[in-house]
Amino acid sequence: MRYSGFKVFWEGLRGNKGWTRAWREPDPKPEYDIIIIGGGGHGLSTAYYLSKVFGITNVAVLEKGWLGSGNIGRNTTIIRSNYLLPGNEPFYEFSMKLWENLEQDTNYNSMVSQRSILNLFHTDGQRDAYVRRGNAMFLAGADAELVDAQQLREELPFLDYNNARFPIKGGLFQRRGGTARHDAVAWGYARGADSRGVDIIQNCEVTGIDIENGRCVGVQTSRGAIRARKVAMCVAGSSSRVAAMAGMRLPIESHVLQAFVSEGLKPVLPGVVTFGAGHFYVSQSDKGGLVFGGDIDGYNTYAQRGNLPVVEDVCEGGMAIMPMIGRARLLRMWGGVMDMSMDGSPFIDKTHIGGLYFNGGWCYGGFKATPASGYCYAHLLARDEPHPVATQMRLDRFMTGNLIDEKGSGNQPNLH
Amino acid sequence: MIINHPLLGPRDAAEFVYLGDASLIDRPDWQADDAMEQFHAYGYLRENPAGEHKELWYHEQGDRSWLVVTRNTLTHEITAVELARDVARARGRDK
Amino acid sequence: MSQKNRIDGGLVNREKSVKFRFNEKWLRGYEGDTLASALLANGQLLVGRSFKYHRPRGVFTSGSEEPNALVQLRDGARQEPNTRATMVELFDGLYATSQNHRGSLEHDLLAVNDLLSPFLSAGFYYKTFMWPKAFWEKLYEPIIRSAAGLGKLSMLPDADSYDKGFLHCDLLVIGAGPSGLMAALTAGRSGARVILADEDFRMGGRLNSETLEVAGQSGPDWANNAVAELRSMDNVRLMSRTTVYGAYDHGIYGALERRTDHIADGAGKPRQVLWRLYSKRAVLAAGATERPIAFGNNDRPGVMLAGAARSYSNRFGVTPGQEVAVFTNNDDGWRTAQDLVAKGVHIPAIIDSRDSVPDIKIDGAKVYTDTAVMDTIGRKGVKAITLTNGKVIPVDALAVSGGWNPNVHLTCHQRGRPEWRDDLCAFVPGGDLPVGMAVAGAANGALTLAAALAEGHAQAAVQLKDLGFKVAKSDVPEAEDEPRNCAAFWHVAESKKRAWVDLQNDVTVKDIKLANTEGFRSVELLKRYTTMGMATDQGKTSNIAGLAILAEEAGKSVPEVGTTIFRPPYTPVPIGAFAGRSRGKDFRPYRLTPSHKWAEEYGASFVTVGNWLRAEWYTRDGEKGWRDSVDREAQMTRESVGICDVTTLGKIDIQGKDAAAFLDKVYSNTFSTLPVGKVRYGLMLREDGICYDDGTTARMGENHYVMTTTTANAVLVFRRLEFARQCLWPNMDVHLISTTDGWAQFAVAGPKSRDLLRKVIDAEHDISNEAFPFMACGHVTVCGGIPARLFRISFSGELAYEIAVPARYGNSMMAVLNEAGAEFDAVPYGTEALGVMRIEKGHATGNELNGQTTALNIGLGKMVSQKKECIGQVLSQRPEMIRDDAIKLMGFRPVDRSRKLIAGAHFLNKNDPADMAHDQGWMTSVAYSPNLGHHIGLGFIKHGDARKGEIVRAVSPVHGVAMDVEIVSAHFVDPEGERLRG
Repeated sequence: MRYSGFKVFWEGLRGNKGWTRAWREPDPKPEYDIIIIGGGGHGLSTAYYLSKVFGITNVAVLEKGWLGSGNIGRNTTIIRSNYLLPGNEPFYEFSMKLWENLEQDTNYNSMVSQRSILNLFHTDGQRDAYVRRGNAMFLAGADAELVDAQQLREELPFLDYNNARFPIKGGLFQRRGGTARHDAVAWGYARGADSRGVDIIQNCEVTGIDIENGRCVGVQTSRGAIRARKVAMCVAGSSSRVAAMAGMRLPIESHVLQAFVSEGLKPVLPGVVTFGAGHFYVSQSDKGGLVFGGDIDGYNTYAQRGNLPVVEDVCEGGMAIMPMIGRARLLRMWGGVMDMSMDGSPFIDKTHIGGLYFNGGWCYGGFKATPASGYCYAHLLARDEPHPVATQMRLDRFMTGNLIDEKGSGNQPNLH
Repeated sequence: MIINHPLLGPRDAAEFVYLGDASLIDRPDWQADDAMEQFHAYGYLRENPAGEHKELWYHEQGDRSWLVVTRNTLTHEITAVELARDVARARGRDK
Repeated sequence: MSQKNRIDGGLVNREKSVKFRFNEKWLRGYEGDTLASALLANGQLLVGRSFKYHRPRGVFTSGSEEPNALVQLRDGARQEPNTRATMVELFDGLYATSQNHRGSLEHDLLAVNDLLSPFLSAGFYYKTFMWPKAFWEKLYEPIIRSAAGLGKLSMLPDADSYDKGFLHCDLLVIGAGPSGLMAALTAGRSGARVILADEDFRMGGRLNSETLEVAGQSGPDWANNAVAELRSMDNVRLMSRTTVYGAYDHGIYGALERRTDHIADGAGKPRQVLWRLYSKRAVLAAGATERPIAFGNNDRPGVMLAGAARSYSNRFGVTPGQEVAVFTNNDDGWRTAQDLVAKGVHIPAIIDSRDSVPDIKIDGAKVYTDTAVMDTIGRKGVKAITLTNGKVIPVDALAVSGGWNPNVHLTCHQRGRPEWRDDLCAFVPGGDLPVGMAVAGAANGALTLAAALAEGHAQAAVQLKDLGFKVAKSDVPEAEDEPRNCAAFWHVAESKKRAWVDLQNDVTVKDIKLANTEGFRSVELLKRYTTMGMATDQGKTSNIAGLAILAEEAGKSVPEVGTTIFRPPYTPVPIGAFAGRSRGKDFRPYRLTPSHKWAEEYGASFVTVGNWLRAEWYTRDGEKGWRDSVDREAQMTRESVGICDVTTLGKIDIQGKDAAAFLDKVYSNTFSTLPVGKVRYGLMLREDGICYDDGTTARMGENHYVMTTTTANAVLVFRRLEFARQCLWPNMDVHLISTTDGWAQFAVAGPKSRDLLRKVIDAEHDISNEAFPFMACGHVTVCGGIPARLFRISFSGELAYEIAVPARYGNSMMAVLNEAGAEFDAVPYGTEALGVMRIEKGHATGNELNGQTTALNIGLGKMVSQKKECIGQVLSQRPEMIRDDAIKLMGFRPVDRSRKLIAGAHFLNKNDPADMAHDQGWMTSVAYSPNLGHHIGLGFIKHGDARKGEIVRAVSPVHGVAMDVEIVSAHFVDPEGERLRG
């Protein structure tokens, strides 16, 4: 079924009785060309691009819970390609270009809204770093715009310019950055992959990875064994647990990142504002809620919940930079478990086991990467060689020393 | 969270700074033949268990002790807290 | 308007009439009213508009679960959107406005959405608005955004203040209804430290809303007496107006106390206090929430929960209408009819979905069994109801009861899952409660009064015994075990009209069915697709019915479908309360240097460096801009002498027999060979081989070193050293103490620095070049016996010293140095001139040591010893990190000397295209060098050490600037280092 305004109108006239299922609920087949472990955003987008771009449709996505229940279902919905390093920036810019055509490509309105993202700076040193970054973005074909405090005053008059502990000196905009409706991204990919023949199997937990003679040949699941020529791990947040089934230790720790949403409010924020010095970033959803977050809690955890010190820290940052939000109420707080990698950057790579592939380590950059991650992973799975924008996202980079450390925090995941 | 400091009693976790897996105590021998491989594993690879985890916390807003805390990463239950120096000595670290 | 719905009785204070304003109407209520009860008393049924369809809405509940009656309270910088009228205590002069309408509340232009509802079914927006592509941001989304949202922010800084507090107790009791009061009494009488918190302004919970008796007293009287007894106990803290909003690890609960919200003017006192409650044990006695039944047009003003109708009549002396019908699937609904009739309100009909109903005679009421309400008639208020038997009954209010849901929320905040109980048709707390929590009363499914009281006592007693208390004998007072039979009945299938499940977000039964049809069959997918339960009430009245309907559609049982996850906060908490006092200038503390006062007096401008405020330059008369000041300071320092407060650098005192060996391990270069009385530059690596920090370390004695760190890393380096000392080399005899705040330290730099210091340092100390050469250090005294430390080190490249005195002498020392320097035209200089001079000398600082660069990159590769063990040495030798063409720190100068360099510009070879593949490096730091008369820069460029003299392009597309620059040595001034040895 093709979605369109006309279809909505027509169904409205007919009492909305003609809508059909967005996806099937198939039983697993005994064997697939490719099994993707994880029906979150990256797993679904991998399946979508495998089927659409690379023509591989004998694919199963195995999801332990419900479709889209990965971190695509609990994030702050920001899309941007304002990275610094050559190992990252071309990849995220590729992702941005995919975002820009996502709705038309998937025939699903995932509400990609290029309302801009702003990073504030407060010292000369921070400005220099943002100039370096903005220029790197230009070199990678992205957009960046450096603004001073006066321009910001005109554009975002509600920021605290007069009484701030860290005076605002300016900011770096990426106008093409913004937000998307996170769940809808998963649904659009799922519907697109399903319609091309991919089996999305919910409530199917992988319990073992079958390795014979150094080669991965399939998986054990809560719904029986399934064989496959290639098995693709795509379970950020649970990467270490799944990889352990194949005897692998990863350069990853699991940490919780909390996120917050306020009650609905009439529009106040035009785009995304990032107040790095105060560990706070915020946007406003189409429903009106302020969606915001800050630092990770900082300790290893698999519990999808955080604790109060970070809640307070994040809200302090919010009040410091935009004191008008004091009377907006925090409606809901939640925690997502992140794959925090050792240099803050992800992996899309083969493993040392034949037929077994790995995608993970997204830290809290996973949502914006969803399209490119799926595309590049599909590329790797289909052709057994990395996509040109993802050549550095390798598991062995800590052995070679080819690090992708945007923040320069070193091998301590909770600092990234 | 509350960490029951072996010297000071229960303290809010906000007084502490977290580092990571207590295996960071086991720094390899720099002169070993495979020192690079060992340091790679030491510096980068983690068990990252879903369950009991021995981990390093530093009492920065307190007595500056490094502690080894045994905490469940699924429930956050803490079952043991030791001085890291005692743990390090017990694991054979010296000068 | 008179209070036409005000009836006798209740707990409001009729002696105290209160004036308030709703939109443009001035109305009256009584002290003890909520805004909701006062509006109802005045017959103001229409109070707001729904989120999506802008349907007219009235008060639906009497508590914090309210989905409909949201208003904007107050105005100006105290305007508070989305405030539940049911939770607002009436005060004199209260001003509330309705929200989410375009035009007036009565004539909302966006009510057109309601007519368009066939085209606005669940998730419709995912299927359209995709073409033309550019229209989403330009047209569709702005329309959706302006129609959505609810209340408005004032756009002004919140004018109130908020506090934070910490409390500890043996037993936290959450909820002061019958079971909570009983638990608190039991614990209080046993001598335990108790906190009793309740969100209401009047303790007693449902006792205040019912006509039930406890121990022969009326409910409110018994509650009053219980509260009085608790108040008399020193070991009990009563916290009314306090919502425990979240259960966190290890017995920590978050609570919000509303301190001045109920008075017109808080007089500057904190509006709210955010408490962190540290409990050994907790009893959750949070009660239960009534749920409605979904039927056609069940959302009109006048339709209200039956328990709420009882609250309004019994507690507030207000009837929801003059003709009030009751629609129920359980015995409790009948109590509403009984209580209202007892107050003289006419009940035209009781409609019960069951065929067997209680044997209760309600005067004047016709009873319809096995019947349901199918539809309501009316526009801005219900005028009549239509039953499934076709009968139309004129009413002006309808009380609905679909049974009660235990408030299990806090039991699930740590990912616990509730369990279904068929007999209650509700979820009750599961077995995986937060550690230390017990549940009592209605929250635990003990829905009758007698059971609630007994459980409150019993659960507290169990917790107290566990904690080692001897439980005082308390008799559980006598009370009724009122009938509570309930049938599973969620929606009226016969209704052809839209039947609301989530009132605020406008989710109807049809939406749930559509979601199921389209494959959104997990309860999480249902929620996300339809937005059910995502409104400001988080689905307190709607979620259970919604998933029961989903279960019915999917052919599953309710427990098979399960619930969505309960997340904090229980009710919304202002962001301002979470922030507390940490806002504005108080967001983070300031650290001031010892000479801050002197610098203020001498015209310093200050800059934020981490938490420090440092002087960035000192403006002198006649100087037009900062460059004038900085150029003068840098020039005068090189010509004569300058003085700079460098206290902010971290100082770590290191002592012990193994101090030297310890430093050899933590620094990449060797310190054990450093003679006593000497200083050495040290480079510290992270274990991953990247540069971490640098500074000078002085050997003050055989076993005594003083290390300096960069300002930014002072705390971090100390932490790392403690890690090395305690965890890596635990048997070393070495001790560390941070003395950053203990010593005030000043750089005295320039050719006249020795002359100046001779005037300050007591004569017995010989600081001649021979006695105190470059890199010497030692103890001296100044100004006639004040102890000081002297280091002959130079950041500026000039003959220079750093002198340290105990911090309390810092401000005076700055004055003394400047007075002594007057004859040499000494200048105080700030961080900017410091930066200029360090760039002239090619020293790396934060912009270069940014956590991404190696010793090799900054030209200090040889400093990483491979002969002794040190942190970072092994991993620094990884192949990609020691490539010949690695980036190297170099100097740069513009080919056109008049041009200004840009820090952050990238380097490209002359004829290469501007793309990432051809990126050669970047400029890290730039300055105008007054000594050279043009701009200079430092930067990293690939293979830079082999490219001196080459011209490359420096491009900064964000400035639209590109220019040719020459690669030169980073040592622009005195490259041989002769001056500093003189």
